Parts: sequence; structure tokens; C-alpha cells
Amino acid sequence: MDIARTSNITKRNALHPLLVGAFPLCIAALLLAVMASIAFGAADIHVSTVLDSIFAFDAANTNHLIIQTLRLPRMITAVLVGAALGVAGAIMQGLTRNPLADPGLLGIESGAALAVVGGVFLFRINSLPVYAVFAFIGGTLTALTVYALGSMGRGGATPFKLTIAGAALSSLLSSLTTAILMFNQRSLEEVRFWLAGSVAGREMSLVLEAAPFLLGGLVLAFIMGRQITTLSMGEDIARGLGQSIGWTKLFAAGAVVVLAGSAVALAGPIGFIGLIIPHVVRMFAGVDYRWVLPYSALLGATFLVVSDLVGRVLVRPLEMPVGIMTAAIGGPVFIYLVRWKVKR
Amino acid sequence: MSASPWIVVRANKFSIRMDRRIPFVLGGLLLAAFLVLILHVGIGEYNIAPLDVVNTLLGRELGDKNYHFVVMELRLPRAILAWLVGAALGASGAIIQGLTRNPLASPDLTGVTAGASAAAVTLIIFLPHAPDYWLPITAFGGGVFVALMLYLFAWRGGTSAGGDSPIRLILVGIGLSAALGAFTSFALTFGDLWHVQSAIMWLAGTVYATGWNDVSALLPWLIVCLPLALYGARDLNALNLGEDVAQGLGLRLILKRAFLLLLSVALAAITVTVAGIIGFVGLIAPHLARRLVGSMHEGLVPTAAFAGGFLVILADFVGRTISPPTEIPAGIVIAIIGVPFFLYLLWKREKA
Repeated sequence: MDIARTSNITKRNALHPLLVGAFPLCIAALLLAVMASIAFGAADIHVSTVLDSIFAFDAANTNHLIIQTLRLPRMITAVLVGAALGVAGAIMQGLTRNPLADPGLLGIESGAALAVVGGVFLFRINSLPVYAVFAFIGGTLTALTVYALGSMGRGGATPFKLTIAGAALSSLLSSLTTAILMFNQRSLEEVRFWLAGSVAGREMSLVLEAAPFLLGGLVLAFIMGRQITTLSMGEDIARGLGQSIGWTKLFAAGAVVVLAGSAVALAGPIGFIGLIIPHVVRMFAGVDYRWVLPYSALLGATFLVVSDLVGRVLVRPLEMPVGIMTAAIGGPVFIYLVRWKVKR
Repeated sequence: MSASPWIVVRANKFSIRMDRRIPFVLGGLLLAAFLVLILHVGIGEYNIAPLDVVNTLLGRELGDKNYHFVVMELRLPRAILAWLVGAALGASGAIIQGLTRNPLASPDLTGVTAGASAAAVTLIIFLPHAPDYWLPITAFGGGVFVALMLYLFAWRGGTSAGGDSPIRLILVGIGLSAALGAFTSFALTFGDLWHVQSAIMWLAGTVYATGWNDVSALLPWLIVCLPLALYGARDLNALNLGEDVAQGLGLRLILKRAFLLLLSVALAAITVTVAGIIGFVGLIAPHLARRLVGSMHEGLVPTAAFAGGFLVILADFVGRTISPPTEIPAGIVIAIIGVPFFLYLLWKREKA
């Protein structure tokens, strides 16, 4: 889909004033969302108290405790997971050159879901940290399988074969998950909240364990911006420009696995961000992945933080799982953007 | 493939040209489906030998009076229905993949699946006391309504980008499916556990407990839609050469596309009334067909239909007999047996 626009890439694009100027604005928006996310909730807390709890923590103050044990880990989870999913989705779409591609296409989400549901069914696992381990292992194994299947035959890992292998294997695994849930009510009851995706109730220690993976994945992705841009123009062009496409694809896929795998481990399968954020970003940032990737990270993080905030303010004191909110808010917004921006 | 001679049928104003292999492939798929049908009808709680099945099907009276009832009333309609559902989904998938030129496209993309799921899940979970016959109507209505909404949302007036565009259809489809999917998963997350489980069952897709009335509901649609799909297949070839070429060939692009899309929607929507959401067939049947007969759509559309029919009847047979008395929904069996088979075919061809 981007072939027609790739000719627009020029050196000028690399430092386009609009793209440079919008960046601080996006960061400001994220910071604003982050502050709001800490301040609002079942109990509203004043911003000065928020700052106090960070810089002058008082263990006797209930509000400080709420912030330190509940809101802060939750906010950090949302930021990291949102950024990771946005970037992973952007890479997948660049790698496969398919607008329907998302991190789920490597089978990471369906693999993680099957591992967790299978773990609940067979081993009766029942705590978030254990879910996280199962999810990460399940997601990674599935992604490796998809990549191996997609690399068989002539031409290595072509976008077509990766796409088809991923879609097929994801269907297979989701069906197995459904089969377990259908015949085992206990598993269904245990995991249906996890399956909806949520950033609530994650302990700080769990967040800190996942953070290095997520940050490392983000850095790896940002470093590869130039290579992914070239690859997204087509393999022949990339090869013609002297790129060793096999390695690029392997590293790019590796970044996706680390990012999406840790994200699903931390927050469960949160769909949709990885699919739409890159589309939204490309609508204004063009096809240069040196811009697309950082913007996807920022927008993904902001979007997940806001969705989470809306989900818990809207139906107080109950909470809506954030995976549901992202799609409920993002769907209509995305349709509007597509109508407005996609002119082909 | 280019060396293969063609079969050309010419009527007054209508002509169709297809690869000479196609009748054989279609015949083979039909025969395979018939063999599965005999097993499907014969095996179960009450076993009937294959020869007796054939005799009963031919209307011969046999010693055991129960044969007629078990075969003709219980098992045959279900087996036939499975085939019909698969055929509709296969054709629907072939059309939508041709239309969007995207190998990941499936009838889901038209919004039918998302709409039908959301509507049916609402009914099952929030209105559990509604009469049974509401479910097919609700699912069909939801599917068609969302497909229409999708088309309207993707429509855009103007000159250069006027009307519809496949990429906008795909993207709006993503957004709409996601928003409806959010609603569905909300219902599944917060609904009463018992009703949630039956909703999951419906979502998994099954032809369990269907009868002749379901067959007679489905058959007219197929009799109308499948020939139309075959007729529209020629335009898909032109569309696949790219929009500019298609327009250059004088296709009235928007009208043709709307017509094909409508066919795809109709074919997929009618299946949800009798079988729920049987996924994956619409995705893989066209790929299988492409492996068998190449990518000219005159051959591809019927082959995809026959391949889809074969897949679903086989899946229903396996799901019904593999661990009685538990029935595994056909939609799940298809993914489990279809995927390895599908990947094998894909890669075998790749190496050759």
C-alpha cells in the first residue's frame, strides 16, 4: 500500500519541521495523560499530593500508598505496554507490507493466551506473575514457530509466507484455546478477565522485571528505523541498496517478539493498538520508520494510558478492562481518521 | 499452466473460459465430499454399514426400519448442511480475496462476522429468555447491518478518490470489527458464566442439531448466489490486474465491486444463521483452490466453494465422531486439522 508514497522519501523528510515540531507536543500529551492517570480513579487525588508521594513519600498517608502501590505501577505498565505494542505493530506492517498485519500476526497473542489458558486448565496456575511467565514463553515459542514455518522453502522468510503461516497458526491456537474454555467452566471463570487485557493490579516488582525487556526492545527497534524503512519498500529494492535483508528481518522480528511478548506477559492480550497506531502515525508521519517508530511508541503509550483512565473513570467504582476500552474508543476514532485521510 | 488448453462455453451473450483441469478438480472434490458424507451418515451412536447407507440413500427398503429415520432425518441433512455452509464460505472468501487483493482477507473483513457475533452474543447473554428462532434472525440482521455500515463509512464522495476503495474498506473494516469486538468481549467478560459458555459455543461455529428446514433455508441463497459469483469472477481477474488496468478495460469499477461485495456478504451472512461463526474456511479454502487450479477466478471461485464444502463436512464428521458423546464444533476442528494440511500444501508447492 505504501509503494506509491515511497517516492516521497527524501532527505528533507528526515528532518521535516512538522515532524520535529510535533514531537515535543506528543511528549507533552503523554505527560499530561500520565499525570491524569495517577490523579484520577476510584478516589481523586490532587496533583500536589501526587508529586509529594514521589518526592516526599509518607507511608502513613493513604493517598501516598494508593499512588505508590496501585497507580504508579499501573501507569508505568500502560506506558510501557502501549509503546511496545505501537512499535511492534509498526515493525510488523513494515516487515510484511500488509496493512492488516499486527503483532498478533506472529502468533504472539494467541500463543500467550493458549499457554495461560492451558496452564490454568492443566496446572491450575492462578497468579499474575505465573501467568506472565506462561504468556511470555507461549508467545515466544509461537513466534519462533511462525518464523520457522515462514522461512521454509524458497526465498526465506517472505512477507507472504510469514503472513500466511502466522494467520494459520494463530487460528489453530485460538481454536484450541476456545476448545478448552468451552468445555471447562473453571478455566473460563479464572482467565476471562486476563483474556480481556488489563493493566490493573500489576505489582511493581513484576513491572520492573518486564521493563528491561520492553526498553531493550524499543531501543533495538529505534536503531533499526533506517533498515526497516528500506525493507518496507520491497525486498528487491532493499537488496539493491545493499541491505542484508535476512539479518534485518531476523532482528526486526526479534524486536517484535521481545516487545509484544513482554507486553502480553504484563497486560494480557491487548489487541488493536498494534494494528491502528501505526496507521494513524503513517497518516501524518509518512513512511520513514525513523519517525514512524518513535511516534508509534509515543502515541501507543498515550492511547493506552488514556483508554485505561477512561475505563476506570467511566464506570466508577467498577473497572472496564483496558483491552475492551482501547477498541471501543479507538475503533470509531480510527474509522473517522480513515474516512478523512485515506484518499486512495 | 499456461500450456493447458481451455474449455470455452459460449451462450448467447455469455461466455466463460476455464482451465481444462477444473472439471476434474471439481469432480474430485465432490467425490471426496461424498465419501465423507457416507461415513458421516453411517458412523455414530448407531452404526450403519456404508453399503446400507447407500441403499437407504437410494430409497431401498432395508430390514431395519430405523435406518431410514437415522439416515434421512437425523444425519443426512446435517451433513448436507455442513457442505453447503462450507461452499458458501469458500466462495465468499475467494471473492473477497480477489476484491481486496489481500491474502489475509476473509469474509470477516466485510464486517459480517463482527456484526453477527455482537448481535448473537447480546441475545444469548443479555436476553437469555428470547425464543430460539430469534437467534438466526438476529445474527443475520446484525451481520448484514454492519456490512452496510462498513460500506457507507468507507464510501467517500469526490473526484479522484470517489466512491469506494479497497484499502479504505479494509481499514474501516478493521476499525468497525474492533469496536464491535470490544462490545462482544465486554459481554463475554461480564456476562453470566453459563450464558457466556453457550455464547462461546455459538461463536465457535457448529452445525449441531440442524435439519432439513435449515437446508431449505440455505439452498435457495446458494442457488442464486453461486452462479452470480461465477459470473462476477471474470471481473475479479480484471480487478486483480490493478485498478487502472481494470478501469482501462472499461469496467464500471464501483458498480462491479459493490456487486461482488454484496455477493460475498450475502454468502457469509446466510451461513451464520444456521452455523454460527465458522471461521478459517473463508480464509483457507481460496488458498487451497489457488494451489489446485491457479489464480484465474472463473476456476477459483467454484473450486474454493467445493473445497470449503469438503473441509466443513470433513470437520463436522471428525468433530462429531472423535470423542462421543462430546461434540467438538466444526469451526474448531477445521482450524486444528486444516492448518497443518494447509501449511503442508503451501510449502510443498513452494519447494517444487
